[in-house]
This record gives sequence, structure tokens and C-alpha cells, in this order.
Amino acid sequence: MNLIMEPWPWYVSGAAIALVMLLLLLVGKNFGMSSNLRTFCTLCGAGKSSEFFQFDWKSQKWNLIVVLGAIIGGYIGANHLSTDVAVDINPKTVAELQTLGFNSAGKEYLPDELFDSGIWTNPKTILLLALGGFMVGFGARYAGGCTSGHAISGLSNLQWPSLLAVIGFFAGGMVMIYFLYPLIFG
Amino acid sequence: MMRSLSYLLIGIFFGITMFKSEAASWFRIYEMFKFDAFHMYGIIGTAVVLGVIIVQIIKRFGVKSFYGEPIEFEPKEKSVPRYIIGGFIFGLGWALAGACPGPMFTLVGAGYMPILIVIAGAVAGTWLYGVVRDKLPH
Repeated sequence: MNLIMEPWPWYVSGAAIALVMLLLLLVGKNFGMSSNLRTFCTLCGAGKSSEFFQFDWKSQKWNLIVVLGAIIGGYIGANHLSTDVAVDINPKTVAELQTLGFNSAGKEYLPDELFDSGIWTNPKTILLLALGGFMVGFGARYAGGCTSGHAISGLSNLQWPSLLAVIGFFAGGMVMIYFLYPLIFG
Repeated sequence: MMRSLSYLLIGIFFGITMFKSEAASWFRIYEMFKFDAFHMYGIIGTAVVLGVIIVQIIKRFGVKSFYGEPIEFEPKEKSVPRYIIGGFIFGLGWALAGACPGPMFTLVGAGYMPILIVIAGAVAGTWLYGVVRDKLPH
């Protein structure tokens, strides 16, 4: 039981993700989480502004149920399967994050500086979170998938386009962290 | 009804995995892009190696779904710009928000409410893509 309560090692985590993909294939579905964002748009009436959102959302109901499960799973993981949620990142990374103003590095699951309940009165933080999400949503749909659809499902099926997308993910991530973080948080 | 329950249980297992693997932690994503730890590479690498084996077995042996239907894999559309440019924009956002579309939902359940701002942004970004997609190189 102690082993489950600790953070899971990479090989257990990776195998668990492969198992999720396998189980979805065995119930006749393909693993891909960002498609749900498109379904949300359709549910909000976006079909009026673009044909892209004119599809039968009921065909994606299964994936919305997976989302609901992911929310419940997050609750269970955080509240019933963890004793200490602090993420034990590299001490070098902790020191670096502190120079950028992230003093919660090494002590929390998410940085207080971005995800604490106090951020609701901080316009800069709200803007950064919204912008980050915006680029995730826009980029995922433009690239036709996200980490689950490309990095896991696509690479597992040896798709070259997915490898290109993953290279793009890393190029973008590195530009953000190496070049833009010092400007945003420095 | 049985099918819906299976999707729910798979989703719950996925959510627990995202939280417990720390793949839903902003700190792990930052550390990954800094190449300061093997953790995230180990997770993705293990999932992909096992994934390739799973897909090959399904294809070679014509494994059917639990409901007797053939398992189909849709090949990704051939293109270069959409994957590189779209992927690049996704990466910028992933590194800033520290969450991709799966973990975002896990974090709602884990009780980090500001993630709702990220989700709202992601829905808005998806909507803008749908509106301007005809003008973008694909």
C-alpha cells in the first residue's frame, strides 16, 4: 500500500499510460484528450461560427465520459492515494526556479505562484494561465492532436506526422522556458 | 450503459495515473524541458515502447475489440507545416501552463481551481483555430 501512496516511478507510470491506450482500443476507441476541447466548443454553440464545429457531439460522448473519469481520478489520486504531494524535482531545478521567483519549487505539486487560490486577484497570473491554455488549445487542434493523440497514440502507431508534432512540442517548450521565462518571470 | 461505465473506469484510472506519475505537475514539465531529470522521458518512453508492441500485436493478429468489432487505426494526414507550427504553438503553451489536455482535467479533480482558467483558454484557442483554419497552412 505504501508503494501506491508514494509517487509512482516512471516505469509504472509509463506502463499505466500504455494500459489506458490498450483498454481504449479494446473498447473500440482511440486515445486523444484534446478532441474534447473541440466538443466543448460545439456544445457552446460554436457551430454557428465555423463548420469545423458542426459535427454530432454525441459521437464524442464516450470521450467526455473519459474526461469526467479523469477529474474523478485526479480527486482520488490527490485525496486518497497520496500522503505528501510535494514533487521531488532536481535540486538544481529548484534553485533555478527560485531565482525566477518560484519559491514553492520542491515543496508543492503545482507552483503557488501560478495555482494558489490567491491568484484570482492577480491579473498578470490570470493572463498567463489563459494565454498558456489558449496556445495549448490552438496548437493541439492545428497539429491535430496533443500529447496523448500524437506522443502516445501516434508514435505507438509509428506515424511520421506524430514525430514531427512531438518535435514541434519540444521546440516550442524549450523556446518558452529558455528564452521567454526570463522575460516573463525574471 | 456497460460501455459508458467502461469509459468512466478507464478515465478514472487515467486520472489517477496522471496525478500519481506527476505528469500533471507543472514542476515536472519545467524539469523535462530543462533536461534536468529522466522522469518524464522514462514515462513517455515506456508508454511508447509498450504502445508500439501493443499496436503491432493488434495488427498482426487482427485482435478484435471486446465488442467483436475490428480495431482500426487512422493514419495521420500527410503534412509538414501543420505539425511543426501547430506543435510549436502547443509546446509554448504546454511549457507556460505546465499542463496538457489530459492533466488539465485531472488537476480540476485534484482541487487546483486556477486550472479552470487554463481550460477556458484552451477552449478559446480551439475555437479560434476552428474559425481561422481555412487561412492557415496545413
